[in-house]
Amino acid sequence: MSGHPSPIAPNKDRENLESVVVRFAGDSGDGIQLTGGRFTDETALAGNDLVTFPDFPAEIRAPIGTTYGVSAFQIQFGSDSIQTAGDAPDVLVCMNPAALKVNIADLKIGGVIISDVGTFTDKNIEKAGYKNNPLEDASLKDYRTINIDISKLTLESVKETGVNKRDGQRCKNMWTLGLVSWMYERDIIRTVNWLEVKFNKQSDIAAANIAALKAGHAFGETAELPSSLPVFAVSPAKFPKGEYRTVTGTSALAWGLTAGCNLAELKLFFASYPITPASPLLHTLASLKEYNVTTFQAEDEIAAACAAIGASYGGALGVTSSSGPGIALKTEAIGLAIAAELPLLVVNAQRAGPSTGMPTKTEQSDLYLAVYGRNADSPMVVLAPRSSSDCFDVGMQAVQIATKFMTPVMILTDTFLVNAAEPWLLPDVDKIEAFPAQFRTDPNNFMPFARDEETGARPWVRPGTPGLTHRLGGLERGANTGNVSNDPDNHQKMTLARRNKILGIADKIPLQEIDLGDSEGDLAVVGWGSTYGSINQAVLSIREQGYKVSHIHVRNIWPLPSNLKDLLSGFKKILVPELNTGQLLTIIRAEYLANARGLNKVAGKPFRISEVEHAIKQCLDK
Amino acid sequence: MNNQTSKAELTIQDFTSDQEIRWCPGCGDYAIVKGVRKALAEIGTPPEKVVFVSGIGCAARFPYYMETYGFHTIHGRAPSFATGIKLANPDLDVWVVGGDGDMLSIGGNHTFHVMRRNVDVNILLFNNEIYGLTKGQYSPTSKIGTRSPSTPDGSLDYPVDPALFALGVGGKFVARAYDIGQKILPEVLKRAHSNNGASFVEILQNCHVYNDGVFEQVRDKGSIENQLFCEQGKPLIFGKDRDKGIRLNREKLSLEVVSLQDPGVTEADILIHEETNNILAKLLAEMRPPNGPMAFGVLYADPVQSYDSAVQEKVGHGTKGICDLNSLIRKGHTWSV
Repeated sequence: MSGHPSPIAPNKDRENLESVVVRFAGDSGDGIQLTGGRFTDETALAGNDLVTFPDFPAEIRAPIGTTYGVSAFQIQFGSDSIQTAGDAPDVLVCMNPAALKVNIADLKIGGVIISDVGTFTDKNIEKAGYKNNPLEDASLKDYRTINIDISKLTLESVKETGVNKRDGQRCKNMWTLGLVSWMYERDIIRTVNWLEVKFNKQSDIAAANIAALKAGHAFGETAELPSSLPVFAVSPAKFPKGEYRTVTGTSALAWGLTAGCNLAELKLFFASYPITPASPLLHTLASLKEYNVTTFQAEDEIAAACAAIGASYGGALGVTSSSGPGIALKTEAIGLAIAAELPLLVVNAQRAGPSTGMPTKTEQSDLYLAVYGRNADSPMVVLAPRSSSDCFDVGMQAVQIATKFMTPVMILTDTFLVNAAEPWLLPDVDKIEAFPAQFRTDPNNFMPFARDEETGARPWVRPGTPGLTHRLGGLERGANTGNVSNDPDNHQKMTLARRNKILGIADKIPLQEIDLGDSEGDLAVVGWGSTYGSINQAVLSIREQGYKVSHIHVRNIWPLPSNLKDLLSGFKKILVPELNTGQLLTIIRAEYLANARGLNKVAGKPFRISEVEHAIKQCLDK
Repeated sequence: MNNQTSKAELTIQDFTSDQEIRWCPGCGDYAIVKGVRKALAEIGTPPEKVVFVSGIGCAARFPYYMETYGFHTIHGRAPSFATGIKLANPDLDVWVVGGDGDMLSIGGNHTFHVMRRNVDVNILLFNNEIYGLTKGQYSPTSKIGTRSPSTPDGSLDYPVDPALFALGVGGKFVARAYDIGQKILPEVLKRAHSNNGASFVEILQNCHVYNDGVFEQVRDKGSIENQLFCEQGKPLIFGKDRDKGIRLNREKLSLEVVSLQDPGVTEADILIHEETNNILAKLLAEMRPPNGPMAFGVLYADPVQSYDSAVQEKVGHGTKGICDLNSLIRKGHTWSV
């Protein structure tokens, strides 16, 4: 490519910033998520640390101009460590009045609003619920407003490519991306290349998008520039040496599961039924066939779980995924995997509930479901990754635990985690120690439910192995023989064996570490899952103010790490922030008789750092 | 299924497990397990290459009595487990066993989809038109008016015919046999095994505790006048004296019974059984007394590539190993610090 605009405007003084939060907002058909994704890529290349928060409606194409059809993408990037997508945007890009209406309350006072005035028609203003044009009355006086007719400028910029008006208008997002890229000195060359590949069969569409992108970028440098348009410089972050990429939780988990199965020398069999927000994992794995991955889109959630268990029975590693409502459907099948003691991974991308709830909004409210949500005494392992890149490690760990202990493992991600992107220091997979799965092949003294002394696991036999034919099932099995048994003492023995096998895993996993702060103090803030960034930043800030507060973030939800009780005893108070009404809180109180209290939010959004900080102070004061 | 072996010496005993059978004395399932063991011995696949998968119900206890690999799973879902097993381990002969409640009521959806996908498994549906293990409630195949603990005044809903259901959802191999028909049962099972794809066999089975005699007209001793044994390429003739035949009524587009002794009827009027004719298969499947005999044998067989073999072709057996994962996670844009 040649002729892309220079990324820097030499005649402008750029304001240096440590970090900045930008939110793009528009109709669900405006291509907001794509714009955000491209800006993320450009920002990663510029060397900033970053975290993103895609926030979109459940409707695919809601009626144009409505508030419930607004889609948003927030990114925080900076020259220092970035752990969250940011509490409040510094810059809000509004592609229509509804986007302004829905997002304005989050913007920082004094923040910048960039609006496409071309969409602020009487009809759209009314549809968004405004009586007057908010760009023209005094309602935005606390902010810096920049009004640009992006719609018109986009159409002008694509005129020469010959696309029709409809296709031309669809390039608005690229024009906007060009402008915002210029504001933050982002290089657009990668987006140009990306567009050429994406539209390689529609050269006119590619040309129009590229023209709009360049026009938006050039807009900043020309005389047309409104004097109020701010420009910023955000220096690269100081990362440890190594090779990086941006990664979402979905990609990292798909790769972690694939790596785990390769390290275990197993075929990965992934069976799923489409559901928001879990489906992207199916999509990602479906293109990894050459890595010994088979994917199967089943007829329903139950069939997906059953096919995965069938695959594990057949000697592969069965993995199934869903979100809360689908996991509820799978629970009977999971019970069979617990009873038959077969390895199985269940990925639960949690979303706001109960029932259908808010399918595209995040929540951590399936922890009870994971730990307790089955009929009878049915223990299984539960793991929760803390960040997008952590999904890779948790994926591998889940494979190892499931195959070593012959147990189902549930991985709790959530809407935020599966969609959010962050930079990832790429590991050298070759250097990770393999953990080949052990299959029984020796027919001598074979008993299907004889247990390994160290792990409590029964042997895994691949059907097809001579001399080891046996029957498995959901009817209670006799200890050792596995034959159907209704004997009372046997059931007592087997129930305890299943329980103790899972609890014993606590001694085989790494000890719980303190993520930030000392091992003793006034307050331990105990979190799990995707709230890591908010809690960590809040505790960091509180500690800088001199408080004796530590952050403990639990990955092993069940069984809990063996030293967690001792760790917690070093603190006068315990605070458990969660995006539910207090689920880990209940478990900690029940398991340790600890006087912990909760910080609970169920608004479909991640914690703000300030919310956690405020709760910590309140907790310390009381 | 086509897992053939050179070891031709297998016997019924090789497929008999040491577990005591716990069906009611006199249950039709005893005859079925005998017929299945006989068929397996004749097929000759080594026992360790055979898996029986079942759901819940009387029929679903079947795997415990077979000296093969076996998985007794949850209610109605056996076809889904079997699909996972076959996709993970394609060398296995996979058999699915269930009753009419298991496979057409709670598990109807999975029976539908395993047939539609054409997964290479053999599905044996033991149809006794009643719930046995839960003590006698009516089932989705019970005739209208069936009196049972849950329908004391007689059932009100219309039943489904298993073979017709299998044809309706796109099954490519549909056959019918009956428990005590020990000549036809192993033959049909061998045909089901040799079919590459989902093979569906409805087996009429008498539950003499809760639904005794429900098939007496077509199954019991003396019912030969109501039994039509379909053979590929042969005329559809039946009866003890083989004096009755099936003719197509062109006005009504239906099958009718004619007597070969009628002066106006010749053998040329009788339909020839053609297994690849889907319309004929449906007409045969729904025929039963008093409108005609019950059809047994392979009603329909028109094989196409099985789902699992298509998956194996596409998967390419994992050509990349652990060393390639480094390049996988580095695909796209990366940068170095």
